Amino acid sequence: MMGWVSVALIAVPLAGAVALLVAPDALRPVLRIYGPIVSGVTLVLAVVMLAAFDQGQAARPQFAVDQPWIPGLGLRFHLGVDGISLPLVVLTALLTFLCFAYLGWGGGRRPGQLLSARPGGARPRALVFTLLVLEVGMIGTFLALDLLLFFVFFEIVLVPMYFLIAVWGGEGRRRAAVKFILYTLLGSVVMLLGLLLVWAQTGTLDIVALGDAHGAGMPRAVQVLAFAAIGIGLAVKTPMWPLHTWLPDAHTEAPTVGSVLLAGVLLKMGTYGFARIAIPILPEGAVAVAPWLGALAVVGIVYGALACLAQRDLKRMIAYSSVGHMGFVLLGFATLTTVGINGALFANVAHGLITGLLFFVAGGIKDRYHTGDMPSLGGGMLATLPHLGAVLTFAAIASLGLPGLAGFWGEMLALLGAFQPGGGLPRGLFLTFMVIGGLGAVLTAAYFLVMLSRVTHGVPSVPAAPAVPGVHAVPTVPAVPADPGPAPVATGAGSDAVVSGAGSDAGATGAGAGAVVSGAGAGAGLDERAAAVSATAEVTGDAAGWETPDERPVQPLEAQPEQARSPGRDDGSPAAGMLDVQRYELVAWVPLIVLTLLFGLWPKLLLSLTTPAVQNLLGALS
Amino acid sequence: MIQEIDYFAIAPPLTLALFAGLVLVLDAFLPARPRVRPALGLVTLAGVLVALGFVVAQAVRGGSALSTFCVPPGLNAPGGGCSYVVDRFTLILAGLVLVAAVVVVLMSMTELARGDIPVGEWHFLLLCTLVGAVILPASRDLIMLVVALELVSLPVFALTALKRYDGRSSEAAVKLFLVSVVSTAVMLFGVSLLYGIGGSVFLDRLGAVLGGEAAAPGRPGAGASVLGASVLGAEHGLPGVVTVGVVLVVAGFAFKIAAVPFHAWAADVYQGAPIPVAALLSVISKAAGFAGLILVLVTALPGQAGAWVPIVAILSALTMTAGNLLAMRQRSAVRLLAWSSVAQSGYILAPLAVAPAGTGAGASVAYLVMYAAMNLGAFAVVMLVSRVARRNELDDYRGLAFRSPVAALALAFCLLCLAGLPPGLAGLFAKIVVFREIVDGGAGWLAVVMAVNTVIGLYYYVAWTARLFVPVTAIGGAVREGAAQAVVAPRSAPAVWVAIGVAVAVAVLFSAAPQLVLDLTTVT
Repeated sequence: MMGWVSVALIAVPLAGAVALLVAPDALRPVLRIYGPIVSGVTLVLAVVMLAAFDQGQAARPQFAVDQPWIPGLGLRFHLGVDGISLPLVVLTALLTFLCFAYLGWGGGRRPGQLLSARPGGARPRALVFTLLVLEVGMIGTFLALDLLLFFVFFEIVLVPMYFLIAVWGGEGRRRAAVKFILYTLLGSVVMLLGLLLVWAQTGTLDIVALGDAHGAGMPRAVQVLAFAAIGIGLAVKTPMWPLHTWLPDAHTEAPTVGSVLLAGVLLKMGTYGFARIAIPILPEGAVAVAPWLGALAVVGIVYGALACLAQRDLKRMIAYSSVGHMGFVLLGFATLTTVGINGALFANVAHGLITGLLFFVAGGIKDRYHTGDMPSLGGGMLATLPHLGAVLTFAAIASLGLPGLAGFWGEMLALLGAFQPGGGLPRGLFLTFMVIGGLGAVLTAAYFLVMLSRVTHGVPSVPAAPAVPGVHAVPTVPAVPADPGPAPVATGAGSDAVVSGAGSDAGATGAGAGAVVSGAGAGAGLDERAAAVSATAEVTGDAAGWETPDERPVQPLEAQPEQARSPGRDDGSPAAGMLDVQRYELVAWVPLIVLTLLFGLWPKLLLSLTTPAVQNLLGALS
Repeated sequence: MIQEIDYFAIAPPLTLALFAGLVLVLDAFLPARPRVRPALGLVTLAGVLVALGFVVAQAVRGGSALSTFCVPPGLNAPGGGCSYVVDRFTLILAGLVLVAAVVVVLMSMTELARGDIPVGEWHFLLLCTLVGAVILPASRDLIMLVVALELVSLPVFALTALKRYDGRSSEAAVKLFLVSVVSTAVMLFGVSLLYGIGGSVFLDRLGAVLGGEAAAPGRPGAGASVLGASVLGAEHGLPGVVTVGVVLVVAGFAFKIAAVPFHAWAADVYQGAPIPVAALLSVISKAAGFAGLILVLVTALPGQAGAWVPIVAILSALTMTAGNLLAMRQRSAVRLLAWSSVAQSGYILAPLAVAPAGTGAGASVAYLVMYAAMNLGAFAVVMLVSRVARRNELDDYRGLAFRSPVAALALAFCLLCLAGLPPGLAGLFAKIVVFREIVDGGAGWLAVVMAVNTVIGLYYYVAWTARLFVPVTAIGGAVREGAAQAVVAPRSAPAVWVAIGVAVAVAVLFSAAPQLVLDLTTVT
């Protein structure tokens, strides 16, 4: 009877997206608040669902809708949530809302806020449209209770995410986007074959019925084959080593909101598939494949950690850390125990919150320093940008699994599950996995601490100036009194006077640099327009260096006056030129920080939801 | 004796033929004024719509299948039989052909507006092709089948060559002509072998003989029990030449649907022909080819499935792979669509190869119907762009979304349908239907080949789609000549816009309710 909530969760963002197509002119002026409103309504619906959810019945699907859609394929429009999917639905709605809030809050003119005018034409309407369609796919995947419906929603996210990376991404976006879509499509087609195999054997697509049957009616060989096929499809999305190679590129090149949703939600679609489809429907297949799954998961943990140690780019490092974290999640699934799978689902949600936060912060850093290269960041962020540094430290520590924060419980439970695996799995093997996984956890701590020591701690120093075309601004650096601050400024001014000149006012330094170039000196404020124009000109020349030219026409000048207003501020301390955490960032980050703390201190909140459902899905195995 | 003809049954092709004559007469007697060109197009359109109306009337009538041109039992043949049967299969394919024809006629009205192509001849030839394409799915004997197939093919050579003084166009026509003539010869040889063995041209009769249910005429044991006949068949064997006949017939049809190894003509011909003709080749001509192939394989040759199933499976795998690999390297939009339509032929063939007698044909037809809508949509937008960009290369599509958002969205939707990705759900479900047949039929290897091919196909479809949304101003100095920049205004080519509208509306409908197609095609 409450099924309308499920339908509305999909219908609201979909209607929002369609409205953008139908009435573009009416919505263009209100675009900045349109996204937050639509996703806000969705979030409210998700919260309503959370509030109305009957915790005593967490193992059964609630808010169910079951209508025939395509009888010829046996495809039913069957939606519902249980204890496993509910947290993910809420997480998705929350992260999407936060992304929109991040994009649209305040003036919407900061560098990370892609809805503003900026070099290349921001195409805000397309961005809002893309994100809303993405939300439809993500929420639908978690709600679907029909194998083919799940597959359809699973596929819906591909095209929007492709465009999100390919249009709003960084330098190598085209390649990364193509890699992303080809990899994941290959995975999902293989998964489709597995799903059809299940269907051919059982004659039904109903996930609930199939889950209750616990694989009855399917011979072991078929189950193993189907599990392998479905597992490969899900593993590409998750991603599991060695199918992860699309992930670092996609994460690095995607814009901030893209990275957040990719890490926060899209990866969860893969792991969710294991809990929703692969393990409950194909238990014998799961038992047969679990040792392999566990082994690859453990390799992923160690590989992810080692790869992280070798990274210089902040976003790339976080991307590889996702490989490691997903390794823990997969290890939890591979144990086939209530504890392990509970841990996996917990780690899933925790990773969504923490890595989402990490990517937000990394995006914020990249917007300020115009580089994600850790050596170039130069250290000492806690001194120069104390709040940003603090949030980064918090997120990193949460991610490395400090007890008391959300990252801890999931990984601990996953390892605990490996101590006594279920389903007659070889215990010795899983003990080995546990030990290696534990080592991986230590390595995880190591690389995050190394990262923190490089970026947040230490004395801010002038790094070796990167070879950047158009380094005219560099001569200004010596003019600045030797202050602990100038390092990032120099980088910012040198490499990217452009960006700040071109529409961000966070980089007041940038404007200063532009002014210097124009020869107007520190008094640029007097001749704002000229300075701005020359900065832009400088920029366009420069832009060729860091952006592939084919997508970014010169940016309109409207954003200039506002940002040229600030040069006075960077005369005192160069560090002040870089603004610390802004309100639009706080809006997006605080909920994630609060939830990370909440789940860290009170894990039962989440575990009480998932436990009954997990016991149900394990059925005969537990 | 006098043969009774059920004129209601043959009304659709009859209408088309009458309108073909009418168009020719009108062209000859009407003064050559500019108004006449669109008027003849409208007459043609009316003919197609009237024929479509008859098809709908036949479908609504329900009841048992209409049949005409029947030979009574005992006359010259043991079982008797009908040459022209209007059953569900016929109606679906005739409907598909005629709806596709509406789009093609609309596209040709724009093509003809340029004035360098004779209008009357064009519409006459187009209607002749349609007569063949509507008769073909109704044919139930080998001779009718061959005649109808030729009726589909012959006018297309002329249509291809109608763009006079155009080297590419003439080359395309000659290529198409040679390939088609050779394929007809090959197929006729196969047909004559089958007739020689079966002693009948009627498909169901042939099916009985070749399936071992009835004795082959002139062989000992005629009239023996079914069991006896099949034992006999196994011992003396239906002569090995049956297999030769089967292979030759399949090869003949493989030419028509551009299946490997008879696919090489596709790109050159599609590129050389006027775009409406390319669309016709890729949808109507292909649908006719598949209709014939399905009829022969499912009605006449189910008993020989052992001979043709592996052939069709391998052809299907090779066709989709070759088509996709070739499409990846194309720069010209039409060539890309040509190879992609070869690849799609492979997908359509696949279910035939695993479920010969059962639902395989249904899945093929379902795929064919959905493919027709999305492919025509893509061709219609390509036609539109070809008016401002002569070379019609993929780079001409850069930034189409900014110049003509509606056309860009329509093309993007059709391409995603062809790729089989949401929001192009029609393509996705079509692929699922095919995958289901393959997995159900146990041909895992074919499913894996098709899965890999789907990914390869995605690469070029998405690369093209992405171009639509890339601003043209920033191609680092390599901005193409002004032609590509021209805004494609709706009023410049109203007919094409209607064509796009029809094709995309049908594709969207199939996306939202694929059950419509599945309902139609479940029974064959």
